[in-house]
Amino acid sequence: MVLHCPWTMMAASSAGVCTACTIFRLSGRYWFSRTLSYNNNFSIRNVQTTTLHCQSQPQTKRKTDPRKWVGVVGLEIHAQIHSNAKLFSESGVHFAAPPNSLVSYFDASLPGTLPVLNRRCVEAAVMTSLALNCTINKKSLFDRKHYFYADLPAGYQITQQRLPIAVAGSLTYNLLVRQKWNQVVTKTIRIKQIQLEQDSGKSLHDDTRSQTLIDLNRAGVGLMEVVMEPDMCCGEEAAAAVRELQLILQALGTCQGNMAEGQLRVDANVSVHQPGEPLGVRTEVKNINSARFLARAIDYEIQRQTDVLESGGWILNETRSFDYKSGRTTPMRDKEGLQDYRFMPEPNLPPLIVYDNKTVPAHADPQQVVNIDQIRERLPELPNVRRSRLVEQYGILPEHSFTLVNEDGLMEYFVSVARETKAEPRKIIGWIIKDLLGLLKQHSLNVSQSPISPMSMAELLNLLEAGTVSSSAAKQVFQELWKGAGSSASQIVQKLDLGLLQDRSTLEQICRTVIDSHQEEVRAIRGGNKKVLNKLIGLVQRELKGRADPVQVKTILEEKTL
Amino acid sequence: VSLALREGKVSPTELCQRCLHFIRKTKFLNAYVTVTEEIALKQAEQAEKRFLKGYIPPFNATVVQKLLDQGAVLMGKTNLDEFAMGSGSTDTIFGPVRNPWGYSRQYQERCAQNPEDTKDSSDWLITGGSSGGSAASVASLTCFASLGSDTGGSTRNPAAYCGVVGLKPTYGLLSRHGLIPLVNSMDVPGILTRSVHDAATVLGVLGGHDPKDSTTVPEPFKPFSLPDEIDVRNVCVGIPREYHAPGLTKEILAHWTKAAELFEKAGARVVEVSLPHTQHSIVCYHVLCTAEVASNMARFDGLEYGHRSTIDSSTEVMYASTRHEGFNDVVRGRILSGNYFLLKQNYDRYFVKAQKVRRLIANDFMKVFSSGVDVLLTPTTLSDAARYSEFTKEDNRTRSAQEDIFTQCANMAGLPAVTLPIALSERNLPISLQFIGQGFREKNLLTVAKWYEQQVKFPLIEFQDVADHVSEFPKTTKSASAF
Repeated sequence: MVLHCPWTMMAASSAGVCTACTIFRLSGRYWFSRTLSYNNNFSIRNVQTTTLHCQSQPQTKRKTDPRKWVGVVGLEIHAQIHSNAKLFSESGVHFAAPPNSLVSYFDASLPGTLPVLNRRCVEAAVMTSLALNCTINKKSLFDRKHYFYADLPAGYQITQQRLPIAVAGSLTYNLLVRQKWNQVVTKTIRIKQIQLEQDSGKSLHDDTRSQTLIDLNRAGVGLMEVVMEPDMCCGEEAAAAVRELQLILQALGTCQGNMAEGQLRVDANVSVHQPGEPLGVRTEVKNINSARFLARAIDYEIQRQTDVLESGGWILNETRSFDYKSGRTTPMRDKEGLQDYRFMPEPNLPPLIVYDNKTVPAHADPQQVVNIDQIRERLPELPNVRRSRLVEQYGILPEHSFTLVNEDGLMEYFVSVARETKAEPRKIIGWIIKDLLGLLKQHSLNVSQSPISPMSMAELLNLLEAGTVSSSAAKQVFQELWKGAGSSASQIVQKLDLGLLQDRSTLEQICRTVIDSHQEEVRAIRGGNKKVLNKLIGLVQRELKGRADPVQVKTILEEKTL
Repeated sequence: VSLALREGKVSPTELCQRCLHFIRKTKFLNAYVTVTEEIALKQAEQAEKRFLKGYIPPFNATVVQKLLDQGAVLMGKTNLDEFAMGSGSTDTIFGPVRNPWGYSRQYQERCAQNPEDTKDSSDWLITGGSSGGSAASVASLTCFASLGSDTGGSTRNPAAYCGVVGLKPTYGLLSRHGLIPLVNSMDVPGILTRSVHDAATVLGVLGGHDPKDSTTVPEPFKPFSLPDEIDVRNVCVGIPREYHAPGLTKEILAHWTKAAELFEKAGARVVEVSLPHTQHSIVCYHVLCTAEVASNMARFDGLEYGHRSTIDSSTEVMYASTRHEGFNDVVRGRILSGNYFLLKQNYDRYFVKAQKVRRLIANDFMKVFSSGVDVLLTPTTLSDAARYSEFTKEDNRTRSAQEDIFTQCANMAGLPAVTLPIALSERNLPISLQFIGQGFREKNLLTVAKWYEQQVKFPLIEFQDVADHVSEFPKTTKSASAF
């Protein structure tokens, strides 16, 4: 058997070393022992990458000058089209329907059945492509991608390999630096293409009875595959980009975007390299079902690849699966080796033609054609526009508009509260983002599950605004509301006697008592240490369960100490 | 017959019973796979094969439904080559189909004069294929019309050998919904009848857009009837030079020449034309055909329907054994070569190149038609029907290449073509010629064919007592449809 170097495709010498590529000697390893079964997977591009590394960075230098590896991340996202019927058949689309209850003859690949394209799916793809600034191909083609799998009844998937419906778009997203709410960085990813394709069915493996059960409800559901260029560098960026795409799809209504239900599925292509050098060998990470896991999987994979390269090893071009329990990625055994999908034009579907106002045929039935210009007119407000509108309309900070839009239902919550109260939007933001959202996250709840309704929140803020309660008492009322005993904010104020103390003489009396029992602090204040005054204010408030107006307490204490 | 029906001389029930009687008498021909004496039986046209043995499609093909909607009486499902892959109707799970002409008085008498031809009484004449059962059903007078499929000539080839009219309509005129695909980009439902007039009538019922088949043309289709008085003086008939193929019998060549002279005498313009890329057609046909076959057959994995192997130690093993058991050598061979042509490294060299040549072949026809030619006149087959023992001396692939030589070009270009019997050969077997027309101009094509039909007065088949042969029919009944 002649061994071939995976990088140069040249026959190796008897020592297992490729004569055209000295890289293996430098790494101190014989390549064939590691890559024998994978040697078909390497593309020509990797020849340059690895050779350059070796020539410019001898091993000795590496030790003294630890190099900086950066991650390169590209995403392939499958978004299930939100439609009544499947891409090529009239069967319905519902998550968690009884197994095999949504299967037409075509979906089950009965011989003699033919695909009939669902116009709604084309419109969804065009609308999504417009929202992602793509160039829409007026003519696109369908292809068959062949592979045998139990949940792929026809033995091929109908997809758009040669000429997809849209190309060359972009996705702009915001990144909150280091998870602090104070700095928003705007980034843009290039979108290579968007293609229409069929979803597969689902296989359920019953290991105890060693059988596989197949549910074809999902088979043939329309998917939009969004292929992104490798323009991201870490898990956080990827997660933020996916979140933005999710918001856009939900705003458009073209995809429900629920990752847990598989409506949005993300595969990540990850590699590492050194700045200024060609891209490294990449791995594809699959089986990621939330944005949080996406970030973790990518960061794990970047670290793993960096460690492998640092220790002189090599990255294999392979598909890896993310295990959310261990937080690791592992090679997927059934995806080993090179698949030849034997692409072929789909002969049962004519080219897909979409029109604009200029090209639409005069006699065409509007129900039968897809018009790009008409769809553009129907585009709803997209998340970034929504954020700008919030900033403009309510005078809030951009980072706050970011949080409001990115948290499901939070913007609606905010708008409802703002409508019902005269409180400043900025004040409302503080309560909603710091207090409410904080508690919700702490209890892993959605905004829709909040025990405090927008109406209760508005009532509380109105009490605060009217001076009926102090801000510290308001926090107590908030805590009571969270417990959800069913009382309104004003009922709680009454019940717990949290109303603002209006009687100045009572207040003065309590201040006097505090001063008398804290002479040391009073001396400090008189000596010029004004900060100690706050301690006294706190003591007074504690005495009064926060019912006093802090400004008034401060005035009285100042008068009495100075 | 239609005249007799209209005038009430014969009732539809009587007619149906007469046909059923004929079917029983001609059972040995193996033409029918299922005889559906009760017409309400729901059956789609279906290419029977061992993979789908016992599989009853739960829906009707659009073409079948259209006929039923018009009140057609379904007589049964006819026999054909497995998955329509063949040109003899010899590679079929239900046993080979026998040509009714082998049992005609005309042929038997000629054989008696020439003892060499009858040395083996167990031998018989093939029908051609793949829709041999459909052709035999019409030729044996058991029905008036039959459906076949035509991918490379599967309707016209057996029609020619069995002495009936075989029409391959323009691609996109008839729905393929319900037709088990062989080569999706070439398949069309074919129509087999006793006369050109009947073919036009059936076409009128079947033609038109089907929302279930996106490759049917959206333009409305108007059924037409053919005139009785036909004048061919304004017709230009093209004789393609390249159809003088090696292996063409002198007899057929002579009839072809005679036909051209007949047109000339009647005042038609007859011109020799050239279709230079025709010589590459059969090779390209095989690349495209096997590629689509490989793809179309991928669905037969035994999971959803059809045969499933009992060897199931793993899903992959189950696939492999199911497909090994379920397909015959011909089908397996085509799947293997098709997958080879579709491999990434071969795709451009074979598949794309074949598609390019296909375009050149279609352009050849376009050029000829735009030069003023109305129809092309060509042979349908190289010779008359062969005996089974003779035919099976060559393998399926070789036979397909020989048998489809004159017919598959029309499929490559998507053009309508009709074959009709014109005379009996020296062996007293049907000889047929083919007319190829312009896309969607079936009316012109069939009008010219009808004129020629009127001139040649092809004789009716005469049966000796068919009961003589009933003892020898194999197993049982049961696929294309006969009406």
